[in-house]
Amino acid sequence: MSLILTRNTPHADDVYQRLIDAHEGKTKAESDAFNARLILILMNHIGDETVIAEALAAAEI
Amino acid sequence: MTAQTKIFETPLYPYARHPDQDATTPARHTAVVVGAGPVGLALAIDLAQMGVEVLVIDDNDKVSFGSRAICFAKRPLEILDRLGCGVEMVDKGVVWNLGKVFFDDRQVYEFNLLPEKGHKFPAFINLQQYYFEDYLVARARELQAEGAPISLRGKNKLTAIDQQSDHVMLEIDTPEGPYRLRADWLIACDGAGSPVRRMLGLDFVGEVFQDNFLIADVVMEADFPTERWFWFDPPFNRGQSALLHKQPDNVWRIDFQIGWDIDREKELDPANIDKRLKAMLGEDIQYELEWSSIYTFQCRRMEKFHDGRVIFAGDSAHQVSPFGARGANSGLQDTDNLAWKLKLIQDGTAPESLLDSYDAERIHGAKENILNSTRSTDFITPKSETSRIFRDAVLDLSERHDFARPFVNSGRLSVPCIYDGSPLNTPDALPEGPARARPGAPCPDLPLADGFLLERLGGRTAPRFQLLAIGVDVPADLAVPGLDLEVIALAPDATPALTERYLGEAQTALYLIRPDQHVAARWPGFDRAQVETALARALGKEA
Ligand SMILES: Cc1cc2nc3c(=O)[nH]c(=O)nc-3n(C[C@H](O)[C@H](O)[C@H](O)COP(=O)(O)OP(=O)(O)OC[C@H]3O[C@@H](n4cnc5c(N)ncnc54)[C@H](O)[C@@H]3O)c2cc1C
Repeated sequence: MSLILTRNTPHADDVYQRLIDAHEGKTKAESDAFNARLILILMNHIGDETVIAEALAAAEI
Repeated sequence: MTAQTKIFETPLYPYARHPDQDATTPARHTAVVVGAGPVGLALAIDLAQMGVEVLVIDDNDKVSFGSRAICFAKRPLEILDRLGCGVEMVDKGVVWNLGKVFFDDRQVYEFNLLPEKGHKFPAFINLQQYYFEDYLVARARELQAEGAPISLRGKNKLTAIDQQSDHVMLEIDTPEGPYRLRADWLIACDGAGSPVRRMLGLDFVGEVFQDNFLIADVVMEADFPTERWFWFDPPFNRGQSALLHKQPDNVWRIDFQIGWDIDREKELDPANIDKRLKAMLGEDIQYELEWSSIYTFQCRRMEKFHDGRVIFAGDSAHQVSPFGARGANSGLQDTDNLAWKLKLIQDGTAPESLLDSYDAERIHGAKENILNSTRSTDFITPKSETSRIFRDAVLDLSERHDFARPFVNSGRLSVPCIYDGSPLNTPDALPEGPARARPGAPCPDLPLADGFLLERLGGRTAPRFQLLAIGVDVPADLAVPGLDLEVIALAPDATPALTERYLGEAQTALYLIRPDQHVAARWPGFDRAQVETALARALGKEA
């Protein structure tokens, strides 16, 4: 398995809106905490250490 | 005054004048150990048991003032058993398995060390360092009474050394003035501030953590369970951490993280400590303060662990933060690794280059310990705002979801070091065997009909190598000049634990075991040439 960096979710607008909505009404500190929890949850779901390493590298623009 | 207060106030090895102080030419000793801390004492006992003449000098004459180390792990206890004082420590110590983690005002999760059954020693005991040292001194005295070549000189302070090609010259100061000694080997077990290291101008680099911890050992009748309780950001110590852990004699270790910018004197004021304790444990607690101290923590090590005939062991060679209890526990693994090598070199059975493997193996151990304790310290004391946000996210998630619990790091407790990649190892010829018993690993213990396997493994009165033959015939005439080699034969079906811990998928196995109970090589069967080559390699005779 390697990191998918091509289109992988059919309803891009919907998914993106969910992410933004999730932060609605949160203070900066609450949002930061939420993001951290989300990253940890997704990271565990991915599990594969090479994929995680590739994602970390890809985020480094 | 309580009994345990007296232990660290009574001179255990008071100064006494020795004829060496009046000698016209400096007396020569085989091994001089500088420092009678846990590491120096353990090393001296190991050497003396094998007949190496050893003198321990210390500028003090008492055991550790206050407790310092309290958690001792299974591997060091196994080492102490080989040294003849492991069982006493367990009998006195407090055995614990359960840990609880609190975040803010609530418990987020608990863990059980779930020790595997069929081992002589528990995963951990808590025991005050002064007791630990007291048992070691008692064992040294016992050996001395049996005529073993071990002696201890209190109030003997090393002030200078001069390295010669085949010995080290020592300058020692005493209450009655200075004298000189020569040592074939000088082993510096003189702690993190090692004067020997400074005398040789050797580096000790690493990381200093900008934080302070207030440690209070209190005697109290409390009905808290025998568990390790760790708090992140509790109401009674906002933004910081705290720890509560039980020791014998109703002594409790309480640890408050207090930050970098502090007024030491104010913090150590008993009235301040009282305020902290009451906020933590309730207004109505009754206690007596046994010892308190403020620490900053560092993680650092030497580049090399020996320099000519001067060898470093314990905190003098490497220092870690206490999260994970890796200080004394790893120091004991240093001495376990070093003693048999020194004995074989001294006897001429092994070349001096065998000492290079001490560096290789124990630097590997030190790196592992520094890595683990640095990570724990970074989790406990996040270095940036983002790091703290992730840390808190982990703690919040750990309350609800199992996946987050392995991320919680309140100290990765000391586990035995496996010498993967050691020059003394022979490549694994039994890959279907269990990984836990691969070359470089310490032998896993297991129960036998008449005791435990580890009671039969390793060197006590000699640096003995052993062949553990499981369903394998080893000829009776196998002998190596100058070397104590013993064969222990066991039937493959002796116990289920033997299959699980030594055979795995294999039907038979032959293990070559070093005097420190680490596996040097393993095969499915016996081949004389292979065994001889592996032995030579384990003696540092070939790379
Ligand atoms: C708060 C705290 C908690 C800890 N908890 C744990 C734990 O739970 N588990 C664990 O494994 N470790 C723990 N440690 C670490 C542990 O205490 C040390 O790793 C251990 O004491 C190191 O032993 P040592 O023999 O190398 O050095 P030390 O114990 O420091 O002994 C050095 C000795 O050398 C002597 N000396 C120094 N200079 C000279 C000189 N010039 N001449 C003669 N003698 C000299 C000193 O008097 C001293 O006796 C803890 C440490 C602290 C501070």
